[in-house]
Amino acid sequence: MEALRKKAHEIITGGQVKVIIGYGEGSPERARAIFAQTPAEVDQLIFDQRCLQNLAVYLMKPEVKALGKMAITASKNVLRSILQLASENQLTDADLVVIGITDDGGVIEFPNLQAVEEHIKAAGTPAKNEDRARIEEIDKKPLEERWQYWQEQLSACVKCYACRSACPMCYCTRCTVECNQPQWIPAPSHHLGNLEWHIMRAMHLTGRCIECGECGRACPLGLPINLLTQKLAAEIESQFDWQAGMSLKVENPLSTFKPDDKENFIK
Amino acid sequence: MSAENLYKPYVMKIEKITQEAPEVKTFKLVFTDEEEGKNFNFKAGQFGEYSILGEGESTFCIASSPTRKGYIECTFRRAGRVTSALARLEEGDTMGFRGPYGNTFPIDDWKGKSLLFIAGGIALPPMRCVIWNALDLRENFKDVTIIYGARTVNDLVYKHELEDWGKRPDVKLITTVDPGGETPDWKGEIGFVPTVLEKAAPSSANTIAIVCGPPIMIKFTFPVLTKLGFTPENIFTTLENRMKCGIGKCGRCNVGKYFVCKDGPVFTFAQVKELPPEY
Amino acid sequence: MATERKILKKESLGPLFEKMNAAGKRILAPRKTGEQIRFEPVTSANEIAADFVQSTASAKWAVFPAVEEMLSFRSLDKETKLEAKQSKPQPTVVFGIRPCDAAAFKALHAVFATDYKDDLFLDRWEQITLIGMSCTKADDYCFCTSVGGNPGSTVGSDILLTPLANGDFLAEILTEKGQQLVASLDGLFAAGGSDIDKESLLAKVTPKFDAKQMKAKMDAVFNNEKLWTRQSLRCIGCGACAFVCPSCSCFDIQDERYGGKGQRLRCWDSCGFGLFTLHTSGHNPRHTQAQRWRQRLMHKFSYGPEKYELPGCVGCGRCSRACPTDMNILGHLLEIAEEKL
Repeated sequence: MEALRKKAHEIITGGQVKVIIGYGEGSPERARAIFAQTPAEVDQLIFDQRCLQNLAVYLMKPEVKALGKMAITASKNVLRSILQLASENQLTDADLVVIGITDDGGVIEFPNLQAVEEHIKAAGTPAKNEDRARIEEIDKKPLEERWQYWQEQLSACVKCYACRSACPMCYCTRCTVECNQPQWIPAPSHHLGNLEWHIMRAMHLTGRCIECGECGRACPLGLPINLLTQKLAAEIESQFDWQAGMSLKVENPLSTFKPDDKENFIK
Repeated sequence: MSAENLYKPYVMKIEKITQEAPEVKTFKLVFTDEEEGKNFNFKAGQFGEYSILGEGESTFCIASSPTRKGYIECTFRRAGRVTSALARLEEGDTMGFRGPYGNTFPIDDWKGKSLLFIAGGIALPPMRCVIWNALDLRENFKDVTIIYGARTVNDLVYKHELEDWGKRPDVKLITTVDPGGETPDWKGEIGFVPTVLEKAAPSSANTIAIVCGPPIMIKFTFPVLTKLGFTPENIFTTLENRMKCGIGKCGRCNVGKYFVCKDGPVFTFAQVKELPPEY
Repeated sequence: MATERKILKKESLGPLFEKMNAAGKRILAPRKTGEQIRFEPVTSANEIAADFVQSTASAKWAVFPAVEEMLSFRSLDKETKLEAKQSKPQPTVVFGIRPCDAAAFKALHAVFATDYKDDLFLDRWEQITLIGMSCTKADDYCFCTSVGGNPGSTVGSDILLTPLANGDFLAEILTEKGQQLVASLDGLFAAGGSDIDKESLLAKVTPKFDAKQMKAKMDAVFNNEKLWTRQSLRCIGCGACAFVCPSCSCFDIQDERYGGKGQRLRCWDSCGFGLFTLHTSGHNPRHTQAQRWRQRLMHKFSYGPEKYELPGCVGCGRCSRACPTDMNILGHLLEIAEEKL
């Protein structure tokens, strides 16, 4: 934490950035995002195991961008989000300073996004997380049972769109669910509306989801919707040997054609 | 048990469609149920929810005058899902209408006064209702002045009526278009509404000003009217917040302590000044 | 009517549910699914979640569903016919609702019954009986006592149960609806309870602010853009707060058509969404999240109380617990109270 605050002080007092997006103390037992703009606010920065929210979402928020040049304290999930956003032309070196944080609270300095990419590549393929294990468990169920499981889960959805709002990759200014000429996805949170919404959300994140699980954590009703996007991430990995947020290059398998693709329908 | 579904629309038949300007149409609507038509009453300034089942509802004022019985008119620009669907309808088709909703222009209180109407673009329809209402009771009022502007000559709505009003000796009509929006044979003014208003400098003595237009026009018109000596209580406008229910339930048009749909849409400048700037 | 006290024995809980089932009533009660507690249809007392502070979602959907039909229609060639609503709402008992949530039902009623009478809501309302359950514990997010409530408040409930140390319940019969229900359950409610010190059984929730002063303060800081921007910077503009809120009543209207038939539907909406006030022209009267956050608080603590003479927030704390970014409403309110003018 000391290393983090020291680095943060340096760039705030040095005028390198106007705001540092990081974590601070929140409600009892919770951490929350804070936006440090003064040395006093920098002293409130923390990092520990409660700091799970994917802060990269704020890099896309107009009200945060309006504060001026940003720095962000970035755990591995945030680093991968940044790479993915940069690969989609949403971020450049001019926009931000990245302060990497290791799991034990150490600081990694990155002169630019290229350095973030090198760091992530050097760290190797991300380890399979617990969610992948849950997905495998669900996959083992017979089709009928799996269908039943998701029907039940999604029937509780009230379409508050916390999943969308919490996801750094859901930065569209106008979401498909809000396009109404024609109305592609039913807006109401009834059976069909929920099903189509979650399928659409998962599809639009396919090859882009960095598996931070934020959508699932954000859901006020505790629906494990992160498993949907993570299931597709697993599929993409097995089919294309690809994981999102590992590179600055636009190589999303679903939107990139390669002559050696397995499928030949496009040729 | 409550008797009637509040959200059930009247089924209206489109008797006549007039193309007013590019993408702007006026529908003349009659009730398919004669009984409903007979019992229907409204006052100048009120609005309704016009709908196509399966597409949705859209909010516009009633653009015809309450003095003209047996029908209502609405004028709309094709913009979103509902208005696009409405624009595809033809004469003889049916559509939905619920209303009338909202408060009204206190036209009875204006007896013996002069009236100054100021409108911009697609905001002439809410004003047309009260203009015709006043002209149909012309003897009740002193001078009637209408200042109307649009982006281009083509965008002026109710072109025939503008012509008629222009010819009437008891109406002073000033039309204007934004600079660059004029045609070679344009005889009206060129300039934005607030500027033209300032130049025309109508008297504020015993006069009520009624202003309808886009938020930006309203913002720049109020100071000019104040300069001309109009008190905030004598300036009326309609606010056009997004609405869904029209009856003060859905919360969408809430501005400060008001629901624009139920407590408005007609407000005096005195009231507007007290409102949060969220309109 | 005067409150009548009775005792509901713990062994009577089972029969209570059986009899209500037999009488054709739908019973909604807090049920535990995973880590979540939601009000869902139950048939037996065994299904009810025990030992929780607050349900994850509120029970408001019993009178104001997340999606409900406003009208339906059928088209044949060019002619479209409106169809009458078929079924009347089923008589429903909401069992185990917290006093704050019962108060929220009153707040909802004020919106839907003031001026225009909204029969979609009122038809459901007429069929609802609320059996409240006093709180014996609270957490850091609770602030009912700051907005006119308390852990044993009878406001809004038809019957209020307060758990006793021996597992039985003190029952306060508060309304005619409550009386009718008790009468229909002959003998399940036993005499007694008049000498019980109810206060001593309740959770302690220390008042944190005065609602009237909060309104005045909020009106005074309305133009303090820095404050609203600072508070809302971490807000991501989702609808989680509004959708778990027991008193949020804003809605959207959506039409659907599949083939020759369709429906006009009422759906929950939230003032936190940018789209809520967006005009078709592109103009948005509340174009920043700061303005939308301010609207949320102003509506609950200033406009609502002024219009309906009822608090627009009941202090249940759900929005704070549910918020993915830890927007703690009580924390924000206290900060506003501290703000210098």
